[in-house]
Amino acid sequence: MIPAAFDYVRATSLDDALARLAAGGGSAKAIAGGQSLLPLMKLRLARPETLVDIGRLAELKGVRRLGDGRVSIGGLTTYDEMLRDMTLHRYGLLADALPNIGDVQVRNRGTIGGATAHADPASDMPAILLALDAEVVVRSVRGERAIPIAGFFQGAFASALEPDELITELRLPGGREDLGSAYRAIEQPASGYSIAGVAAIIGARSGDRWGFCSVAITGVGEHPYRATAVESAILGGASFEAAAAHACDGVTVASDIHADREYRAHVATVQVRRALEAAAARLA
Amino acid sequence: MAEHVSLVVNGVPREVDVEPRRLLVQLLREDLDLTGTHIACDTSQCGACTVTLDGKSVKSCTVLAVQADGANVTTIEGMATADGLHPLQAAFWENHGLQCGFCTPGMIMSAADLLARTTDPTDDEIRHAIAGNFCRCTGYQNIVTAIRAAATTVRAGAAG
Amino acid sequence: MTTDMLGKRVKRVEDQRLITGKGRYVDDIKLQSMAHCAILRSPYAHASIRSIDTSAAKAMPGVLDVMVGADIPYNPLPMAWPAGGSAGLKNNVNSPRALATDSVKWTGEGVAAVVAETPEQALDAVEAIAVDWEPLPTVVDAEKATQPGAPQLHENAPSNIVFEWSVGDRDGTAAAIDGAEVVVRQRLVNQRLIPNPMETRGDIGWYNPGTDEYTIWMSSQTPHIQRLLLAAFVMGVPEHKIRCISPDVGGAFGTKIFTYADYPIVLLASKRLGGRPVKWIEGRRESYQATIHGRDHITYLEIAGKRDGEITGLRVKTYANLGGRLSTIGPGIPTTLYARVLSGCYRIPHVFAEVVGVYTNTVFVDAYRGAGRPEATYVVERAMDLFAAEIGMDPAEIRRRNFIAPDKFPYENPSGLGTASGGAKIYIDSGNYEPALDKALAMAGYADRAAAKGEARTRGKYLGVGLSSYIEVCGVAPSKWIGAVGEGWGAAMWESANIKVHLTGKVVVTMGTQPQGQGHETTYAQIVGHELGIPMEDIVVQHSDTQGTPFGYGSYGSRTSSVGSTAAIKAAGKIREKARRYAAHMLEASVDDIEVDGAEYRVKGSPDKKKTFQEIAFALDLAFDAPEGMEPYLDETAYHDTPNCTWPFGTHVAIVEIDEATGKVDLVKYVAVDDVGNKINPMIVDGQLHGGIVQGVGQALWEGAVYGDDGQLLSGSMLDYALPRASWLPNLELDETVTPSPVNPIGVKGVGEAGAIASTAAVANAVNDALKPFGIRHLDMPLTPQTVWKAMQAAKGAQA
Repeated sequence: MIPAAFDYVRATSLDDALARLAAGGGSAKAIAGGQSLLPLMKLRLARPETLVDIGRLAELKGVRRLGDGRVSIGGLTTYDEMLRDMTLHRYGLLADALPNIGDVQVRNRGTIGGATAHADPASDMPAILLALDAEVVVRSVRGERAIPIAGFFQGAFASALEPDELITELRLPGGREDLGSAYRAIEQPASGYSIAGVAAIIGARSGDRWGFCSVAITGVGEHPYRATAVESAILGGASFEAAAAHACDGVTVASDIHADREYRAHVATVQVRRALEAAAARLA
Repeated sequence: MAEHVSLVVNGVPREVDVEPRRLLVQLLREDLDLTGTHIACDTSQCGACTVTLDGKSVKSCTVLAVQADGANVTTIEGMATADGLHPLQAAFWENHGLQCGFCTPGMIMSAADLLARTTDPTDDEIRHAIAGNFCRCTGYQNIVTAIRAAATTVRAGAAG
Repeated sequence: MTTDMLGKRVKRVEDQRLITGKGRYVDDIKLQSMAHCAILRSPYAHASIRSIDTSAAKAMPGVLDVMVGADIPYNPLPMAWPAGGSAGLKNNVNSPRALATDSVKWTGEGVAAVVAETPEQALDAVEAIAVDWEPLPTVVDAEKATQPGAPQLHENAPSNIVFEWSVGDRDGTAAAIDGAEVVVRQRLVNQRLIPNPMETRGDIGWYNPGTDEYTIWMSSQTPHIQRLLLAAFVMGVPEHKIRCISPDVGGAFGTKIFTYADYPIVLLASKRLGGRPVKWIEGRRESYQATIHGRDHITYLEIAGKRDGEITGLRVKTYANLGGRLSTIGPGIPTTLYARVLSGCYRIPHVFAEVVGVYTNTVFVDAYRGAGRPEATYVVERAMDLFAAEIGMDPAEIRRRNFIAPDKFPYENPSGLGTASGGAKIYIDSGNYEPALDKALAMAGYADRAAAKGEARTRGKYLGVGLSSYIEVCGVAPSKWIGAVGEGWGAAMWESANIKVHLTGKVVVTMGTQPQGQGHETTYAQIVGHELGIPMEDIVVQHSDTQGTPFGYGSYGSRTSSVGSTAAIKAAGKIREKARRYAAHMLEASVDDIEVDGAEYRVKGSPDKKKTFQEIAFALDLAFDAPEGMEPYLDETAYHDTPNCTWPFGTHVAIVEIDEATGKVDLVKYVAVDDVGNKINPMIVDGQLHGGIVQGVGQALWEGAVYGDDGQLLSGSMLDYALPRASWLPNLELDETVTPSPVNPIGVKGVGEAGAIASTAAVANAVNDALKPFGIRHLDMPLTPQTVWKAMQAAKGAQA
């Protein structure tokens, strides 16, 4: 219930935060809303020596449209703020997912940057970012880099983020009128995390073929992933049901007391089909 | 090393020195003797410790006291006014929305967040809004009834 | 004129403090110079302790003391309810010590206790204790634990068997089954549950060196019993030197009946610190490992009968997992409180039950809401459905056909409380089961279920309707029966009440019972207000403190409404009689001529000659003019030993829909018709039913404690143990029939457990009904999406 002792610094600016993270040399952790980190610290599963509080860096908050039509979500934007942002409501999959991520209290504190950095293998937002082909903008004293989401998640609670880096924003491609999207999940009832959560975007239909399909899955593999086999099947003309059968191709499916491999793989296919159907329905 | 925290709790400015690892719920309970906010789990699941932080419901076991520096916190002790009980408190009482009372403060604070968003929630919206608060006594039924009743009171007050 | 509040939906007195954050639970209490305790718990489910090194911990900042098992001079915790009671059946007893000395038997058994200036320091120091463990083989499944080659937990318990107990007519039942037209057999698992009251346990121990007295604040359902057990059985301290105080208790559901290791730990810790109070508050994950679990039965059932639906025999063999060591009344739950009510509300002529109590490397199992009776109801209600399916009969019809008829009461059931050796017998005193069934069926739209199932199919759903007709035995009593047959625990079962009337007419009611959220401060005030004709506002109800309350056995087993209330009524009656005698004196009339109407004491035939209760209290308190031989003051105590238990009953109907693609079950409608007799406060009764029903639904659909084969508790926190959430539930629809209980003057029955007893079977039956099209007979709980989907897959495979 009570974390192990640590030192606390409150960053006064982004540069200050980055300097402190760099000085921490891997034993410092950034804390924003704390909804992922503090539960681990309370169980003493995480024991940072220094916490750098970035929660007040106003420049990292909020949703804005970029000049190139993309949408930027500041790393410190909470789920609740995203839920209230009409720009984001245009993304069907966000509209589906946001009201069901965590609970009200978690959404009031939890940030998209924090959730992304935490890289929980069953978290919903990573699947959405993957499906959207988002870009993770990170900064450190060494400079800024934009990491394509496709390579960001590397394992359970492991990502391409270096210990001295902060996620400053997530950039989403601008909404396309010819695409529809949806999110469908079956949740582990105790934790609320997904046993299988599926973000799907589909559209650009031409004749009897889909010209665009993006499907990402969380809760199933070691980390959230793009279901490229599903996407290829759809683009190749397969039915949703037939394509969904490829949901777990090439993935080592997780198993726990709530869902074994067989069941988890099965509901992944069900949710892929349902997400695709819902995404297509939005298009119509 | 102790950190200094200044915050406003239930309208009263407070100054406290805390260890960095002190949780907001401990600051409230141990440093300020506001024991109405309860702790019922250690994994940030149960919602018993819910308070509002700058108007929004949070689990005070999952906020460091130092993170609340400068914030405006309302706990169950701050809900009633000189004019009487908050409509949610009155409705929980009227509708038997509590039994052992342990989850009740957190439940009321979550309901306060809901009523700040909408004063005409459906039963489904109420049930969704309190999904982060466990109650083991009531089966939630009378809590839902109570929140619905409080919403009616709030609407009537706004209309009047 | 005072309004009589008995039977009314009165707002609760205790809510004022609870809704404003002014409740006072154990963790809210801070005492001067209080220190804090944390307990090191075993990471192994079965291990020998070679050595414990506490030196590093003792050197940590703020650490005041570190204790290990060898430092505790007390006896093991008592086991007070062996199977078969005092009737001579051998129980191979191993109960826990305050801290384990040589070995641990489950993950979470306490091995060392740190006392420090702050809770943080205590937790930090616990991490610094080094234990040299020798891990041993483990077994967590009760049936497997009895088999040859299983790891052995205790030398005195061969094959890990605590007891082998049986009840009922062995030969008659065998004959009924052997000669039956139809026999249905099924293995049932009633899974292990973690009770989860919202307030975990906790206590503050304080030794007063000036008086050599111990005080403990504890979150307990039974402060008087704890004083007795701690004094006489654990600590060897005179009973009057221990004071137990239960302040506001944040839910209990059985978990807080028992004697726990932390009680002697905090008391000894305080003594070792020369009288500094020591607080221990259980964390939630700690609670999952250190506080009792419930249920955990594996049952083989056989039900026999005729093709026309008449049930002729029921036989079960049950393996009851009791954990690594025995909790206070662990063995009593799967025996007396289970097998003796196995036939439920049915007239089954031959019943026989064998129960094997078993040690495993799991935390101890004891009474959880319903305690034995949900297990019994689950067995008989699943059995009725299985039998009905076998002979092609409507589940409602088979119940109706086998109900004990209303003219058969008092009814003695064949495995029942009357069959034990000895004289006293317990009968099911009253019941009228069919009207409750009919009402529930009507409310649920049972007649239209075929159409509803068809409609659901158009949405990709399988709809199921499940019934559960139940009885409950509440308020186990009387003491004479418990003593005579040696069936009960080592205690009597009466209750107590004291009523004091102050000079101003204000009344203090002091009870031996102990609430945990049931609203006793309200309901007793309603009762005493009714009895004395005074407003509830003039009455305060006190409890919780062994100093100042009369001895009582506490609140569990749905006993308070019947047993405690009757004690209050008796005490009020004594007050009224004394007031009447004094009124006669004041009015210069004979006592026989005084008639009492509410708070007015009048001379018959002379309505102007009267005194109010307040006037009498005033005069009797001053006693300026008391008659010869009459003691001053209105202060009466009553003890009530009820002649029988009470027997609520009813029928619940659950309607579920199953998503064929995922196996996810949604509870879409729930109807409950309960007969709990008269009601003291219908609002509180409804609340008890709501909560009980949802706990039972939780068992059917979501909850389950899961141990790995190595004895690690895999459902070890709220992240992995699924408690019902508001968003998963429909509004419950309640109705009633009213058959007053004849065993108490206000005709009430218990209600705290009824919901949980009925609902699990109703929901399980509904899910199994929904799966009939797949040819599935039975699935074990919890009926999670994975369980349901896999069964559907297997069935489809078998059909293909």
